Formats: sequence, structure tokens, C-alpha cells
Amino acid sequence: MIRFTARENVPRWLNFAVPLAAVVVAVIVAGVVLAATSHNPLTTYQSIIQASITQPGAFSQTLVSMTPLMFTGLAAAVAFRMRLWNIGGEGQLYMGAIGAAGVGLYFHSLPGPLLIVAMIVGGVLAGMLWASIPGALRAYLNTNEILTTLMLNYVAANVMYYLIFDSNSYWRDLTSPSAKVFPQGKTLSDAATWPALQLGNVTIPFGLLFAIGLALLLWGMIRATRYGYEMRVLADSPMVGRYGGIRTRRKILSLMAISGGIAGIGGASQVGDFSHVLDPRGLEQAGFGYSGIVVAALARYNPIAVVVTSFFIGMLVNAGFALQGPNFPIGLTGTMEGILLFCVLGAEIFTRYRLTVRRPHAKVRTAAPVSPPPVAVGQATTSHGGVS
Amino acid sequence: MTGINANIGISIIMTAILYGTPLVFAGIGELFAERSGVLNLGVEGMMLMGAVMAFFVSQDMTGPSWLVLLVAVLVAMIAGAVMALIHAFVTITLRANQIVSGLTLTIFAGAIGLSSFIAEDNKLGGKAGKHQFVPLNLFGLKHLPVIGPILFNQSAIVYASWVVVGAAVIYLYRTRIGLHLRSVGESPQAADAMGINVTRYRYMHVLLGGALAGAGGAVFTLQIATNWIDGMTAGAGWIAIALVIYSFWRPDLLLLGAYLFGAFTSVGFDLQARGVTSIPSEFWSALPYLMTIVALVAVSASSIRRRLGTPAALGVPYVREES
Repeated sequence: MIRFTARENVPRWLNFAVPLAAVVVAVIVAGVVLAATSHNPLTTYQSIIQASITQPGAFSQTLVSMTPLMFTGLAAAVAFRMRLWNIGGEGQLYMGAIGAAGVGLYFHSLPGPLLIVAMIVGGVLAGMLWASIPGALRAYLNTNEILTTLMLNYVAANVMYYLIFDSNSYWRDLTSPSAKVFPQGKTLSDAATWPALQLGNVTIPFGLLFAIGLALLLWGMIRATRYGYEMRVLADSPMVGRYGGIRTRRKILSLMAISGGIAGIGGASQVGDFSHVLDPRGLEQAGFGYSGIVVAALARYNPIAVVVTSFFIGMLVNAGFALQGPNFPIGLTGTMEGILLFCVLGAEIFTRYRLTVRRPHAKVRTAAPVSPPPVAVGQATTSHGGVS
Repeated sequence: MTGINANIGISIIMTAILYGTPLVFAGIGELFAERSGVLNLGVEGMMLMGAVMAFFVSQDMTGPSWLVLLVAVLVAMIAGAVMALIHAFVTITLRANQIVSGLTLTIFAGAIGLSSFIAEDNKLGGKAGKHQFVPLNLFGLKHLPVIGPILFNQSAIVYASWVVVGAAVIYLYRTRIGLHLRSVGESPQAADAMGINVTRYRYMHVLLGGALAGAGGAVFTLQIATNWIDGMTAGAGWIAIALVIYSFWRPDLLLLGAYLFGAFTSVGFDLQARGVTSIPSEFWSALPYLMTIVALVAVSASSIRRRLGTPAALGVPYVREES
């Protein structure tokens, strides 16, 4: 008989060892899936590494892929940290792209740095507004935010398509000859191109540096501010929060807006750093919002860890783009993300519980095998960062 | 004049039923899982797996059409159940967060996941379907006015969905197992004390939910469309989850809700086919999602909402406390 018994306290090394072991298991499981579908796992893994790190220019491409994932990952992480399930990062990113592209086009005569700031503000505001709809519904009417945020992703995609494909909107290019045949967005002026940092032969997008700064800021906010403390209290126990005088509704609405704003910068960065145009198809096919959920969950909603996990998912996404073809079907990216996350998620139980094997005939229902000293009870809660 | 209007009405109802049928299967499936206390947000992924496997079978199997379609639906159900098994193992046995695990399942199996992988590996994209569900003239009654086409001229899979709804009502409210199921979702502690195996009930109903979601996906490739497109369910799995909420976890209301949303999905096609083009097509595409939000808000805002119908233990892992 195999049983799980709760650990009294979690050794620190387990918090690293368990996820690492889970990643190893995931690599093996994904290898089995590849082998079962007659793909060679070793050559597939090798080509992922080549296409995302070792080939010339590949590393820079991985940084490009990880940039939006870090934004959507951070957006999901801060919301999920308070058990606010914002899975609308996808739509909030679209809205951010619309906002930033609109601002970038309208203020094209501003000097570069000001224009970039304006685009970021445009992206943030658009993402915030879009996320505030489900935020307000959840805060004041208690409407399930999982479903409303998700539904709004589809609505946002339709808004974006409408602007470029089905109307004479401000975003649409109506002048160039090719645009008359194939609808496309207006290209932004050169001043609206975000600068990139060149280190040797590695190009670091401005958005990536911005996202890393944001990750540090959010980490500090969660750990060291009153706002972050209240977030953690509400995550662990909404009741305690309410009796403790935390304004729950405001917190829900504001956190949702923050989360949407972060995803919105992701959209702004897509326009400013990379595409320089509002490109509905490109954004929709990329699915940055959904991969951001994987990034956040792998990081266990820790903003600093998001920097690391977005790199790995970025590798995978980038390999997916670079290797597309019979040896690397598009669907492999999501399949591998899913296997990885399932393994890490399933393995978490080994940090909270220990596995004990008991002989079936020894039906002793008294006293757990590890005798718990009563003093240890307080320690068990500290891993949650505590309400005491 | 009235004759033409009646025809338009009937054609709207027919397309509403067509687009509502996947929602009926997937919604009833999710209802079973949630009644046992397990929220499964992987419906979209399970539906896509069902859709791709059904299409795969219908492409590669030879035989009489009815047999191919039957096998295709059964394979789709198995595919959905296998996906649900992953969720069941991770959330019930390993006690992981149900929301995150369900989202993972949708990413794993979804539009850029396993379903797309299988389709590309087997070169299913761009192929025309070889076997499709066709209307059956049940009891020869299809020419009855109004109700004839609606009730007696549907395909086998639509009739099957009605049987599923009827069976779900009887199962939940008229059988002992159904009573046990409801108690597992309301109070697993009490159910456990009564000698009900909570874990087994949860596994069984999450798997059943997956199988039904798989069948719902099969409707997409075997009746609604005639080919495979990555992510072709386009959020139907999520609408099915919302449907469970605003039908208050009741199968009979769920059937009505599914057809209402089938109508929201199809009304744009109907109107555009009739030359109404003053409203952009994107509005019609967005309509089912907007209406889902409206319905959720209406349910959560109404004064009778206080957890009406929500299984009390929904989303909470059951751990038998041992000391």
C-alpha cells in the first residue's frame, strides 16, 4: 500500500531537486512520445539545442522568442499568485499591440525616446482596460474570471482582425499597392523602433531588458510591500483577508489591471521591438498568452523564476518556428510544453508529502510513521510565506 | 409569406442544433466531472483530440459508412478519456491544482499541441472527409410540419446526444450511483464515511467526461466540417464549461443552453448567407463569446445565485485525514 503522508517541514534542497527531477522525467516522457511516433528523440533534442542556442544567430532568436513570453508569463504569475486566474493574457497582449501601434502611428513626429514611452503607455493602458472588464465582473459580481478572460481572448482577436481586414481603420495600410490586394497594417516610422543592445554577436531586444526590470520590480512588490503582503494573505485565505480589513474587491480589480497591463506591454514590445506593424495573424498564431501560462506555472508564480522558465519555453518556441517541417511538426511545441508542465505539476506533491510504503496487512491506523513533534507545526506554514 | 418565415425559423433551429450538439456532449461530460468535484478545464483539448482521432479513423478505415462512423466516434471517446486520465491522475492522485492541470491539458492537447502534432504526422490537413453523418428520416416522419425536420430528420449523432441527456437525467436523479455521485461532489467526507470510494467515483466520472468531450469533438470532423483544421473547435470546449455553470449543473437545462449557443454561433452564417452584410463578420464570430460572458454575468448577478447548484466540493482535492 503506497501512501502520501504530509511533511512537517520542507527541506530547502527539495524545492530545487523535485522540479529538476520532474524536468528529467519530462524529457524522458517526451522522448517516448517522439519515439512512439517514429521521430528520433535524440536528433530532435539535438536540433532543438542547435536551432535555439548553438547555431549562429540562434541564441539571439531565442531571446526574441522569450521576450513576449516573459511579459505574458509575468502577467499570469502575478495574478495566479493571488489565485486570480487571468488566462486572458493572449487578448490583453493583442489589445496592448493595438494600443501601442495606434499611439506609435499617431505620434510619429515625436522624438524617439518619447515615442517609445508613449507606445509603452498605450500598450499598458489598452491591456489594463481590457483586463479590467473581467476584473470588475469578478470583483463586483463574482463572475468566474477564468471563463470571461478566456472569452475575451476570442473577442480581442476579432477586434484585431476587424481593424486590419474588414474596415478602413486607422491601423490599416490603405495606400501601398500590395495592401490593396493583401490587407495589412500601416508600418510605424523608424523613430518608433525600439533600440536593441548589441553584445558581441548577441542582440538583446529592449523589451527583454524592460521585462527583466519588471520581473525584479514585481518580485520586490510581492515580497516587500503592503500590496504584496495583502496579495499573499488573500491567496492563502480570502476570509482572513476580509476580516483583516483588506479591500478585497479593489485588490482583485487592481491586480487584474496590473496583470493586463503587463501583458499589454508584451503587445507593445511585439510592435516596437519586432514587427513594427499590427499583424493579427502573426500574433494569433504565436499564442504568446497561452505559453505565458506555462511559463508562469513552471515558475510557480515567482517573477524571478519567470525569467528562467521563459528562456526555456522561448527555446522550445523558437525551435518550433525554426524547425517547422516533417521532423518537427508545429504541434510538438505545445505537446512538449504540456508534458513538461504536467511533470512539474504532478511532482509538487513530493515536496509537500513523503511517499511511504506500508505492507497491506499491517493495518495500523494509529500514529503516522514520522512522529511529529508539536513544535514543528508552526514551521510547516512558513513555506507559504505566512499568515500567522 | 408565413411559409417562408417558418422555413427560415426551421433552418435557424436546425443549424442551432448542429452547432449545439458538440456543446451537449462536452457539457454533459464536464457536468459529470464537476458533479464528482473535479473541475476539468481541459475540455477544449479533449475535444480536439476527439476531433482529430475521429477524422483519422474516417480517413484510414474502410468499410460501410455506419461502421466507420461508429468506430470513429468510439476512438474519439477513448482519446478523450485518455486525456482525462492524465488530468485525473495529476489532480486526484497527485492532488495538484485542478485549474492549472486543466489549462495544461488544453495546451498539451490543443491547437498547437498533440492534436495538431497527430494531424501533421498523419498528413490529415487539407484532406476531404470521406464519411459524414447524414440526416436519418426517423420513423418516416420528416415531412410533418415544423417538428418533422427538427425531431425526425437529424443524424445519428444528434439522436445519440439526446439519449445522453436523457440518460444523464435518469442517472443523476433516479439511480443509487447517481445519488452517490452527487454526494461525492457535495461532501466527500460524508460520502467516504458512507463507504463510497471517493477516488474511484472521481476517476470514473472524469474519464466519462473526457469520453463525452471526445465524442463532442468528433461531431466537428464528422458532421459540422468536412476537413481538419488545427484548433477547429475554436473555444467550444470553453463555452461548454460555461454552459455547465449557467445551466446550474442540470442536464436538461444544459441541452437548451447548448442550442441557444448553437444559434449564436450559426446566426451570423445564416444572415450572411441571406445577404445581410451591413454588420461585419467579426461581430458574428465574436457573438458566442460575448453572449457567454453575458450569460455568466446574468447567472452570477441574479439574486438567486448563492451557489445555486454548484457542487460544494468542486475544485477541492479530497484527502482522507489520517492520524
